[in-house]
Amino acid sequence: MAVTAESVLAGDRLALSRLITQIENGVQESRATLDALFPYTGNAYLIGVTGPSGSGKSTLVNQLALKLAQAGDQRIGIIAVDPTSPFSGGALLGDRVRMSDLFANPNIFIRSMATRGALGGLARAADDAAYAMDAAGYAFILIETVGAGQSEVEIAKLAHTTIVVEAPGLGDDVQAGKAGLLEIADILVVNKSDRLGAEASARALENALALGVEINGNSDDGWQVPVLRVSALHGEGLPELVDVIYSHRRHLQDDRGWAERKNRRARSGLVRLLKESLYTAWQTQVSEDAVDEMAAKIAGGALSPEQAAKRLLET
Amino acid sequence: MMVKKIRVLIAKPGLDGHDRGAKVIARALRDAGMEVIYTGLRQTPEMIAAAALQEDVDAVGISILSGAHMTLVPRVLEQLKANGQGAVHVFVGGIIPKEDGEQMRKMGVRFVYGPGTSTMDVVRDIQALVG
Repeated sequence: MAVTAESVLAGDRLALSRLITQIENGVQESRATLDALFPYTGNAYLIGVTGPSGSGKSTLVNQLALKLAQAGDQRIGIIAVDPTSPFSGGALLGDRVRMSDLFANPNIFIRSMATRGALGGLARAADDAAYAMDAAGYAFILIETVGAGQSEVEIAKLAHTTIVVEAPGLGDDVQAGKAGLLEIADILVVNKSDRLGAEASARALENALALGVEINGNSDDGWQVPVLRVSALHGEGLPELVDVIYSHRRHLQDDRGWAERKNRRARSGLVRLLKESLYTAWQTQVSEDAVDEMAAKIAGGALSPEQAAKRLLET
Repeated sequence: MMVKKIRVLIAKPGLDGHDRGAKVIARALRDAGMEVIYTGLRQTPEMIAAAALQEDVDAVGISILSGAHMTLVPRVLEQLKANGQGAVHVFVGGIIPKEDGEQMRKMGVRFVYGPGTSTMDVVRDIQALVG
């Protein structure tokens, strides 16, 4: 059953919810609905929240959504991603446990999403679900990634502002200097700032950032990544975080950053769609058996992975 | 590529804090390949229905050990209907007297599970309903 663009635009929450399911499931009709919704997108501000598991992302998202909702009569969408089991294909989506404050709020819409095999910390459908929420009039969309280790950096291609959440005791200044997750932060949050070691973690991050500036100068767009001490559980440091989000937004809008991020998201979405379409088209031409057969040849040492792939592509 | 996943909300309404049963079921459904949304303790029927709507679930599992099932479960059913989700399958687990179980089934609850239920049975029931 197709979901009409009109119903989503009219604010029908069940329609939005069903559309997101169809996007996730790859239902063909959802593509036409998204196409019809696309002209109504471009107004939402996307905030990515990422960081290691247990660093307090969900609790932070809960508090942020409350603060943003209080700030004005505006709707807040949340996309909370958790991993799919590589074995069963199932998932336990538990981010809502920390977000009960928001369930009954008519201006807040939370959608839990499983990665369904996507790498990089996000679900494949997150981008399109964010477009759907955008068209439905959600002013802010908070996207929480899976618990991220070091290289789950897809969120930076999607969000206008990326918040990386760290917790005390997760590493020294060498960890803080490694490539990956910390490089994508527009804002760094040391959560659980009431705990022992929080100040040391914050300093290690500040030192790593200062070292980057010493070597490379300020970032191209002139934004200096702040390190904020927050206790999401106790509500400390949140007004400051909201202020910094707003100033990053102003910074992007005043500069060419806004257009750049829009392009970056468009490009990464386009490439993802192209990959998927090409792969799906190719899959219809080659049988699973042929793939199994080639895999057996690699395992048996008769062909290298490269040679096997080449043969399959040539058939 | 069409991939349909069964989505199930596992909810704990009311004031009792015994969530082991809910967690066991959530885990069993996960291991059977379903996407399980777990909401945590002390949910009101309104919160459960709101979550079911936003998550577009196929089924809602309600775990109650407090004895308040005859007040809470009908309210969840009503709220789901009011939100246009009357077709969502509802199942209940907990310590439920037989007569109450029968009455709940008449109201539209699909399954009522007592202590000692095998998780395999729950998985099979939901797969049969939704799959």
